[in-house]
Formats: sequence, structure tokens, C-alpha cells
Amino acid sequence: MSLAASTISALRQRLASKEITPRDIVTDVAKAIEAQNATIGAYLSWDVEKALAEADKADLSQPLGGIPIGIKDNINVTGEPCTCGSKMLAENYKAPYDAGAITKLRGAGAVPFGRLNMDEFAMGSSTENSALGVTRNPRDLDRIPGGSSGGSAAAVAGNLAIATLGSDTGGSIRQPAAFCGCVGIKPTYGRVSRYGLVAFASSLDQIGPITKTVEDAAILLNHLCGKDLRDSTSLDVNVPDFTSGLGRDIKGLRVGLPKEYFISGIHAGVSARVNDAIKKLESLGAIPVEISLPHTDVGVSTYYIIAPAEASANLARFDGVRYGHRSSDAKDLMEHYMMSREEGFGPEVKRRILLGTYVLSSGYYDAYYIKAQRARTLIRQDFEKAFENVDVIVSPTSPAPAHKFGELKEDPLAAYLEDIFTIPVNLAGLPGISIPCGTAEEGGKQLPVGLQIIGRPLDEVTLLRVADAFEKA
Amino acid sequence: MPKYILTIGLEVHAQLTTRSKMFCGCPVEFGAEPNTLTCPTCLGLPGALPVLNEGAIEKTILTGMMLGCTTPPVVKWDRKNYFYPDMPKNYQITQFDLPLCLGGGVPLYDLAYPKDAQKTIANPGKVVKLTRIHLEEDVAKSTHHDKFTTIDFNRAGTPLMEIVSDPDIDSAEEAVAYLNSLRQILIYGGVSDADMEKGQMRADVNISVRPEGQKELGVKIELKNINSMSAIRRAIKAETERQIDVLEGRNPEKLVQSTRRWDDDAGVTTKMRDKEDSHDYRYFPDPDLIPLRTESLVTRIRPLVPELPHEKRARFESDYGCSAYDADVLASEKELAAYYEAAVAVNTQVPAKKLANWVINDLLGLLKDTEGGINACPVKPEALSELVAVVEAGKISNNQAKEVFAEMFANGGSASNIIKAKGFEQVSDTGALEAIVDQIIASNPEKVAEVKGGNEKAMNWFTGQAMKASQGKANPKIVTEIVRKKVLG
Repeated sequence: MSLAASTISALRQRLASKEITPRDIVTDVAKAIEAQNATIGAYLSWDVEKALAEADKADLSQPLGGIPIGIKDNINVTGEPCTCGSKMLAENYKAPYDAGAITKLRGAGAVPFGRLNMDEFAMGSSTENSALGVTRNPRDLDRIPGGSSGGSAAAVAGNLAIATLGSDTGGSIRQPAAFCGCVGIKPTYGRVSRYGLVAFASSLDQIGPITKTVEDAAILLNHLCGKDLRDSTSLDVNVPDFTSGLGRDIKGLRVGLPKEYFISGIHAGVSARVNDAIKKLESLGAIPVEISLPHTDVGVSTYYIIAPAEASANLARFDGVRYGHRSSDAKDLMEHYMMSREEGFGPEVKRRILLGTYVLSSGYYDAYYIKAQRARTLIRQDFEKAFENVDVIVSPTSPAPAHKFGELKEDPLAAYLEDIFTIPVNLAGLPGISIPCGTAEEGGKQLPVGLQIIGRPLDEVTLLRVADAFEKA
Repeated sequence: MPKYILTIGLEVHAQLTTRSKMFCGCPVEFGAEPNTLTCPTCLGLPGALPVLNEGAIEKTILTGMMLGCTTPPVVKWDRKNYFYPDMPKNYQITQFDLPLCLGGGVPLYDLAYPKDAQKTIANPGKVVKLTRIHLEEDVAKSTHHDKFTTIDFNRAGTPLMEIVSDPDIDSAEEAVAYLNSLRQILIYGGVSDADMEKGQMRADVNISVRPEGQKELGVKIELKNINSMSAIRRAIKAETERQIDVLEGRNPEKLVQSTRRWDDDAGVTTKMRDKEDSHDYRYFPDPDLIPLRTESLVTRIRPLVPELPHEKRARFESDYGCSAYDADVLASEKELAAYYEAAVAVNTQVPAKKLANWVINDLLGLLKDTEGGINACPVKPEALSELVAVVEAGKISNNQAKEVFAEMFANGGSASNIIKAKGFEQVSDTGALEAIVDQIIASNPEKVAEVKGGNEKAMNWFTGQAMKASQGKANPKIVTEIVRKKVLG
């Protein structure tokens, strides 16, 4: 097996026994990228020389010493591009600083290596909204890898990376992980510093790992979490050892099944695999409990008010004044703004900026933004109430497996509904993980299905414990 | 012709004296090389986040306490959205509906009015009501060149306090008094250097005019680009006249809610934008910052509220017997007041009122041309107290004292040493003085006759002669007594 196809835990053992060096790993990953990226399109850029230099200096006594980690192209790494999948930042922006998550990773000895494709500014769930390239699902090259962290999931699934970082605003880690057959976890809001993550929707964004195993996700999480004084929303709470629940049984754990999530309209294969998964959890000693999350139906619409509202302000800084695309044809300041942004942003980004600008406008603010905030509170309370009776909640990650390119491109509303099970987790700030639970047939192909497990705030340990027990069974 | 009522409200931006910026650790400094005091946050780079500067919050709450405002239990920050190149994020982080301070007022000090208006203050002791004070970030500094504009982001993100008054100011003079009084209090609290000329304090003026008898306020016009204390008075006068001209039909324009720019050279206001073109700022809570509970801050800051100028003034009048004017002058600067009180404390036998005279009439006169003001004063409070004590004891004359004081100011030293060096010690030995007076009486019988004839002025002639004969060292009080006794018998 190539090193690129290996896991963090396996590579750490081989590094410890001096069987391999960090240089071997980076070289092997680079080889895999050079061989396959033309097909998969997971990476937008990668600097082998820089990664090798860092690998040679890696401190192997550190827990992630010498492990290369692929980075979604919206997380700043000093000296590297940070395009966000957008023409806006593709021309001239090189990050002058490390994101908080990158600082943490480096502190643990990891080597950031390669920039991964994504939906432009993380807006989308297919990576088709990237202005800079197509990313294919390694399980079926005719299909999308999911998104917005499509490059991060495709790289892991295609063995073009050991593990990667993604970001999740409404499902952008979990859904591509599900579509590509990997593990992806969105930690509790505030667990991982957002400093240096290019903001889409600040109250929802969270960085997390995409990995081949639950154990790798737990290991990476151990070195991503913790208070960052540069992010006021990062939580000043104890960071447990996220591997501490691994290998433990799940006897007696109560698993909530929201009746609103098991509805008609879900792909039959997905439905079957998730039901199998529930039976498997039951066979491991977990107790299924039907629960209700009554405000599930307003999740998507609430999200599509709050996220664009925040995005409309977050993306205002891309004006071509200090950095980013600058139109060469503008005759005055107003034209400079309008043409630079018109040329720099793609259609989905423009759609959401317009939507966000609209819902914040005087006269509409109360009807949309304030109402959405109220709905958000109700959704959060749904989960609080549910977690009085259950330890985790399970659901499909996505109602259907990966679709073909272009299938939902003309119907943004249908695409938005794909995130129905992942969005409420962001709105409530909860941790959620997607793990592979078999495959479903679609168009004559077997496509990965993801099982989503949702946990109590800050209870990633239980989440990972259940995911690990399921994965190993 | 109807009379018109002028209504003014002021929005004052004051830069806080914090070491670092509002949302990042960059230093707040003036005159640094452009764009050297920046970081990802104050440049608005992708992914950078704001973190609240607690010092700025404390100074704003302290300001609120000095001005009698209340601080809501929870405050928050909001994004104000508009595009301009001096604004790195194209939104400004400010406070919309839950600011740090609400209500309160600014007491107007007599000396804060323009000099020529101090005799005709319409509402002595007026307190101008405040609406609110909030804390926000400053924008960068644009410099417009011939064909392009340069931007210096050193200023971007500097903490800025916006102090909004009610429409509670009735005249240009009152507006000046408001700004001066406010400035004095800000400096007292050490929260801002508040120098308008340096841009540390900037004022936008909301102004409306209505005929007497009309209840509702006239059309509100906002004036911008007022850069000095004197300009504000000129701007208000010019805009008031313009509005009255419109109301009386001498000016064909219409009064519509709008923003106008003051041109201080031309002495006119020109239209910048109508209300219709005004921005929809689309305020919403900044999700990068968490609402702040203020209770513990308020408890911690309460004891830091200093004695305010008007409180000091009242105490100077009652405790030290200062006149209202003297108290006003002495309390106008915290350091000056401290100097005065230190001088008073040196020797309680020295009359505080006399010390006040010396500080105001002599010390301030010489300080005017001195760099550094009262803090750099070469005459220590102890030296001044000693000097006044000597004068009060009649040991030297007033004129001699002034000479001693000038010497002390120029070269330092104690009063007694200078008096000795100058040979100013007065002769108070009555025996010696009596001999001198006897001799003058003996050689000037005609003057004695004049005095006896009732010419009081001639009495002074004797004193003068005695002073001369003693080469100025005679104690004039004692000499006068001896002359009176000997001549009148």
C-alpha cells in the first residue's frame, strides 16, 4: 500500500520505528497528486519543495510530527495561495499569515501540504461552484464529490492525501465526506479557531478534519481544538483527549432517531443503509429512541437567511482595493467596485450576496433576519430538549448519494434542500460527524452513503466513540 | 419678520488614548511611516477577526460615568455596511442598539463659551442632554492627490468614541461651550486628548431652524468637515443664515433633510447628499464578537471617576474662597488645579485666595510662552507658597515679590534665597524706620503742614520718601503707620 493511502495512526508507527521518514510520505503524496490530480482535480496547487523542506525539519517527537495535511483553499497558510475557489483571490493573494488551526497543526508537528478545491467561498455542496477547476468524486468520476469541501474529501477518498482540513457552514465537511466515503467531523462551534478561515457565515463556520478513519479524525481533532485569543467566538473550555472514547463499547447509549429526518423522498438506497446502520448500533448494545425535532422544516430557510446575511458583509472586503481581482476598465470608484466584484465573483456567490443584502435591508430586516434568528433559537431548543433523553442523534448525512455533474446546477433550491440534515447542526452549533455506512446503487454504480451522528455541545468524545464502534463492527 | 429658533445636536467623535487599536494589537501612534502599523485584522485581510480592546471599553464606560450616563447590562457590536476605500472590511464595527452609554449630559462651563460671549450667556449652568455614547473603529486616512488617492491604514481600527447629544443646543456659542466643556471632561478623565486640530476630536453638527411659535423642529441638516473650534461657530452661523434665507424666500433652494459640507475658506456650506441618497447601512449584530456583560466592568470602573471640573470649581469657591472666575480658571485643567491645591497644602497659613491670584495673574501669564504648560512649570508649589507667605508677612513689597517670582520662573530657586541674593529683605525694625521718618519730617515742614491741612495724598509722599531713603527695603506698611503716627500725632 502506498504511503498516501495510509492513515495518520499507521504512518506515525512507521515513522516511530524509523521505517520511513516524513520526506518519504510527502514524496509519495506528491507522486499520487501528480499521477491523479489531473483526473480527480482535488488540489488547486501544491508546493512539493516547501513541504519537503518542512518535512525534513519536522519534529518527530510531536504527535503529528512529519504528517502532511491537505488544506482547503479557504484557510490561510503563510506564503501560500488562498483562493477560496474564486477568481477574486486567484490572481494576486498570497496569505501573509497562518490561520489559528494551522498554527495548532504546526505546533503538533504536522506539515500543511497542498491547497484543496472548493465551492467558491464555500458556497455550494458540489464543488461545481469553484471558478478554478472541476473536482471529481473518486468513487465515480462522473459525479460530484460534494461540497463545499469537495477537494478535501476527494483527496482523502482518492488517496491523494493522508488527511485534510475542510470547513463546514451547513454541511460542507460532512456531506462531501459522505459522498466520497470518508470520515468528516464538524466540531462544536467554537472548538476550533476561525482565525484565518476566510469567513462565509461567521456564526456557522467551523473547521474540521476529513480522514480515512474515525481514529484519524480524533487524532487530528486533538491538535486543532482550543481557545485562540484572536477569535472571540473560540471557546475557552477544556480540550479532552478525543481518542479517549475509541475502542469502548456503546452498550446502553441512547441513540435518537428524529422522526422528521426519516421521511419519504429520501433515496431508497440511502434509507436502507441508514436503517442497517441503526440495526448495527442496536446490535452493539445501543438503544434506539424515536425523538422529534419539530422545527426541522424551517432549518434550510433559516439557514438561507442567516448565512447569506453574514456573507454579504463578510465578502464586502473583496473590493480590489488592497488585494484581489481589480477590474482594469473602471472609470471611477463606483465602477471599480461594481466591475471588480462583477468580474471576480461567480453566480452563486453573487446570488447569496444579493440575498443577504436584501434580508438585511431596511424594512425587511425584522421580517427576515430577526425572524430567522428566532427560528434558529427554536431549532437549538429542539436539540436541547432531545438531548435530555438521548446521547447522540443519527440520521442520513444527505438524502441522496452524489449526483452527476450539472444535475442540480440549474435548480439552486433543490441543491439547497440537499443540506436539510446537516444545516440544523450548524444552526444549533453542535458537533456532527459523517461516517461511511455502505453504498447505495444509483445509475448502476455503488455510491457511498454517509451516516450522520450528532452530539451534545462539546461532546465530541461520545460522538467519536459511537462512530468508532460502528466503524470497527 | 418672525424670530427664528435654532436647534443644534452634535455628534462628536473622540479618539481614545489607548495604546492599541480597537480590534487588534497594533499600536495607536501618529506620524509613523504610512501603513506600518497594520496587521491582517486592521487591513481587513481574508480570515482575520476582531477582538475587543478592553481598555477602550473601560475608557468609554468611564466617560459615560463622568457624564452621568447609564451603561446597559449587556452591550453588543454591530456591522454598519457601506463601501469606501478607507474602510478595510467595507463595514464598520460599531454599536447600533445596545451602546455602552445611554443618557447623561454635559455641564457647560462659563469659560468654555467663546471669550466675547462669556458676558452674555443665555443659560448659565446649562447641562446639554446626551442621547448616547458608543464605541467603534476609525477608518483609514485617505489623501487625495491630483490623479489618485493614497490610503494610510495606520489609523484604521483606532478606537473611536461617538458622543451623540440630544437636539438640546440653542446657539453657535452654546455649541462651542459644549465642545470645550466636553473636551475638558474628556481630558480630565484621561480618556482622550481631544484636540480638534489634530483630528482627535471631530464634530458633525445637526442643525435646524424654525420660526418662533412652531412646535415641531425644522428640517434637519447635517454639517460635516468642521475641523476646529472656531470653524464650528462660523459654520453654524453661516448655515443658520442660509436656512433663514430659504425660509424667507431670499434663497430659492428648498430645505430638505440632507448632509452639507462646510467650506471654511469660502465660509459656505455645500450639499453633499440628500436623505434619498443616504445609505441603508443594513446594521446587524457582528457575529465575530460576543455581546458583553458590563456589570463587573461598571463596578470596577466606578471608583476611577475623577472629580470633575464643575465639582472642583464649587469646592475651590467654598473651601478656598476663590471667586467664581478664579475657580473656573483653576479648574479648567486638571494639572493646574492639582498645582494650585499642592501650593495651598504647603502652608495653610498662606491665604488660598492670594495663592489663586498669584497662579492666575502671574504664573499663567509666564506659562503661556512655556512649552509643556503647568507640568513643566519651573516654580514648584512649595516655592510659590513660600513667596506668598513672605509677601503676606510684609517682609518684601509686592513689586519686589514680582521680581523674585520672575527670577524663580527663569532660574528656579527658593524665594528666601532669591530675596537674600537681591537684598530685598525689608527693614521692619521700627527704631531704624522711626529715625528715617523723623529726619524726613524735620527737613520738610511744608509737607507736614499739607498733611495736617487734610491732604491725605501728601501722606503717601512721606512713605515714598522713607522707602527711597531705605533703598526700598523698608516695610511700606510699617512706614505708613509710623508716618501717620508722627505727622498726625
